[in-house]
Amino acid sequence: MKKVYGSAAEALDGVLSDGMLIAAGGFGLCGIPELLLQAIKDAGTKNLTFASNNAGVDDFGIGILLQTKQVKKMISSYVGENKEFMRQYLGGELELEFNPQGTLAERMRAGGSGIPGFYTKTGVGTQIAEGKEVKVFDGEEYILERGIVADLSIVKAWKADDTGNLVFRKTARNFNPPAAMCGKVCIVEVEEIVPRGSLDPDSIHLPGIYVHRIIQGEHEKRIEQRTTRPQEEK
Amino acid sequence: MPWDRNQMAARAAQELEDGMYVNLGIGIPTLVANYVGDKDITLQSENGMLGMGPFPFEGEEDADLINAGKQTITELSRTAYFDSAMSFGMIRGGKIAAAILGAMEVAENGDLANWMIPGKLVKGMGGAMDLVAGVGRVVVVMDHQNKAGESKVLKSCTLPLTGKGVVDRIITNLGVLDVVEGGLKIVECADGVSEDELRAATEATIV
Repeated sequence: MKKVYGSAAEALDGVLSDGMLIAAGGFGLCGIPELLLQAIKDAGTKNLTFASNNAGVDDFGIGILLQTKQVKKMISSYVGENKEFMRQYLGGELELEFNPQGTLAERMRAGGSGIPGFYTKTGVGTQIAEGKEVKVFDGEEYILERGIVADLSIVKAWKADDTGNLVFRKTARNFNPPAAMCGKVCIVEVEEIVPRGSLDPDSIHLPGIYVHRIIQGEHEKRIEQRTTRPQEEK
Repeated sequence: MPWDRNQMAARAAQELEDGMYVNLGIGIPTLVANYVGDKDITLQSENGMLGMGPFPFEGEEDADLINAGKQTITELSRTAYFDSAMSFGMIRGGKIAAAILGAMEVAENGDLANWMIPGKLVKGMGGAMDLVAGVGRVVVVMDHQNKAGESKVLKSCTLPLTGKGVVDRIITNLGVLDVVEGGLKIVECADGVSEDELRAATEATIV
């Protein structure tokens, strides 16, 4: 099966539908599927629910879909960097389900691994536990969290071969592998598609079985908090 | 004189022992890294990294290399990268020896609130709930009082909780307190702060 597509728009063709659940990789603006998000904006798909750790900033990442009111609901752990998000949320235009970061990652991993639910200590005794089944194991309380199976996963990797074997780079890996795993369809954007055989099979971070469509493109890779030391300290 | 931010961070660094894997939160906890000295400490960043190095030199920033506060950082010779599910697997699984975190409120039973002010601030808990539920020891570093001079070390938290009964030790600008049976126990006072002053500034029960 041919997995490589010519553009983000081509890769998304026939996959998008209003009201769908999309799992997106990335942490802050690091390792986000920026090309696919732009193409979803251009496609105008509406009432989207995103399972994504963050919501981008006003003019980059998922933020661009908030501006066009294409997002109905976010499932996230931290949304502090986005003024438009706050405005829509406080105005009741946007639904928000806060998930602890590790719970969100595990919900994706579990959903992609055939595990419909799991018990965790995270959030016991907090708002997060409200309405969830509590079970005691070895004298300690745990809450039941559900696995996420998304209609579509959009992720960013560094390199792929044409079979979808993926290699990520540094902390841009973050949510991308679990997000990729939990989608019924997974589309990945990479900086470089390399020839089959050029990736070391022992160094592949996510095998191509999880990947259905691949595109290559130029990435802006915006930095959210540029922090440095002066060169003189070297 | 109460401790300043750097003195609080230096005091918190004394909590760390050779060989520990540690997660530092945003704010004053980040400064703790400056005071570990010769101790062999591996810093975890929950976005998927063990062995976090210092900020890069100007012009050497890498968009693919950030910490949990989204700041550009560097790697070390010991660095390992992994995905978010594995990162929180090691946190939830108790592999991280300690977390040093900031707080809005902490209570005498070890309850911690540091993620939400209802109606005001909608940011989210990030990885804080997972950290306090999973790591071996939770040390909170915070100012003892808010800007209005009210104690942030309380009998019970008024804000939504991050974790219930999770805090082991509290380091403030006024001193160090441990969560023990029945309340808080004074471990030490900041330089020039008397025990009476520390008690007067604390709403929580001191035993």
